[in-house]
Amino acid sequence: MRARIWGCRGSLASPGPETVRYGGNTSCVELRLGDDTLIILDAGTGIRPLGIALREELPRTIHVFLTHLHLDHLEGLGFFGPLWESNVDLHIWGPPSPLRSLDRRIARYLSPPLFPIHLQDIPSHPTFHDVPDEDWKIGGALIRARPVSHRGPTVGYQISENGQSLAYIPDHEPALGVDLESVEPEWVSGHAVAQGVDLLFHDSQYTEDEYLQRVGWGHSSVTHAVSFAEMCRVQQLVMFHHDPLHTDDQLEVMLRRAQELWDGHGTRPVLAYEGMELSLD
Amino acid sequence: MATSEHNLVLILARGLASSIATPMFLVDPEGTLVYYNEPAESILGQTYAEAGGLSSDEWSIMFYPEDPKTGEKISQESLPLMIALAEQRPAHRSMVITGQDGVRRAIALTAFPLFARTDEFVGAVAIFWEEGGG
Repeated sequence: MRARIWGCRGSLASPGPETVRYGGNTSCVELRLGDDTLIILDAGTGIRPLGIALREELPRTIHVFLTHLHLDHLEGLGFFGPLWESNVDLHIWGPPSPLRSLDRRIARYLSPPLFPIHLQDIPSHPTFHDVPDEDWKIGGALIRARPVSHRGPTVGYQISENGQSLAYIPDHEPALGVDLESVEPEWVSGHAVAQGVDLLFHDSQYTEDEYLQRVGWGHSSVTHAVSFAEMCRVQQLVMFHHDPLHTDDQLEVMLRRAQELWDGHGTRPVLAYEGMELSLD
Repeated sequence: MATSEHNLVLILARGLASSIATPMFLVDPEGTLVYYNEPAESILGQTYAEAGGLSSDEWSIMFYPEDPKTGEKISQESLPLMIALAEQRPAHRSMVITGQDGVRRAIALTAFPLFARTDEFVGAVAIFWEEGGG
């Protein structure tokens, strides 16, 4: 299993000279299973360059896993080249909602006046799936999706294959109303997704001071991200969903803070950056 | 990979309970106690850590609920939290309970079911408060 990051910025795309090292595109991770099956985690603006890269060898089937439908995780979808190819079998998975189906919720964005073409007129005619409550298989991988603490219906994903596993929880506030240092792990949002994984992509949007001004906004401080990763005994934390106001230099200060907090189990945390490749083979 | 899991709504309800000053009692869909908060401990006369994962057969009788007007024991099926569990609807009543510290207290209690989605029943909550001493 291999992962490549095409976007790791949170909230809003943030191109510019101060975000060059870690990138300004919003959430998108390309995941290749052992048989080269393509799973794309979120459809932020990073999915646009991924779509360009796929032109050379367009997969017959593509799975897009959406954690939730906030725009920074969805806004790239209309600019994803394979969406406009009628010969692509495109499957879009996302969190269920009690109010509207996944395709109707996505159509609110992919339709006028927010987008010129209506979802129903898109050539690939994607198939939409609510993520199931039970684990399911795609190719040789076992997939788990579970609701996590964020604003609105949101899930985190765990993908396991050949004894290796990865968890992706880019928007997550596990510390809301919970003391992560004292609560039993099974009473923490996201634990069932991240427990024991080799690699955890996790929300690390705020510094501790910033978090205090944004409690309940659905995101984590560096301290919370590290505590959550240690509680789940992950091998490595990849700090994800960088705040759009954070420059490269500020992110590196946050990385040093995370590494200071890390207790030595597994590998020290790293910052996600565009173009980062991680192999779990 | 073996994992213990609780539904997110139950996790968030427990987080709420641990953060508020109102006594709150939380059970899973089977009626097993999963948490009560410190304000509830002071009325029930026992800490949650001491009580542990009580079944509904246990918690429904151990506080000796009585009707405040007649003094008669309240049947299990008439307790608001049992109604919330069995019928998945809100319920409310006043009652007198005897805490594990032996103190009788008059309380008002409101119970309501928790649904994670429209069709997913994940537990029930009781909130309660003292009514002018017991």
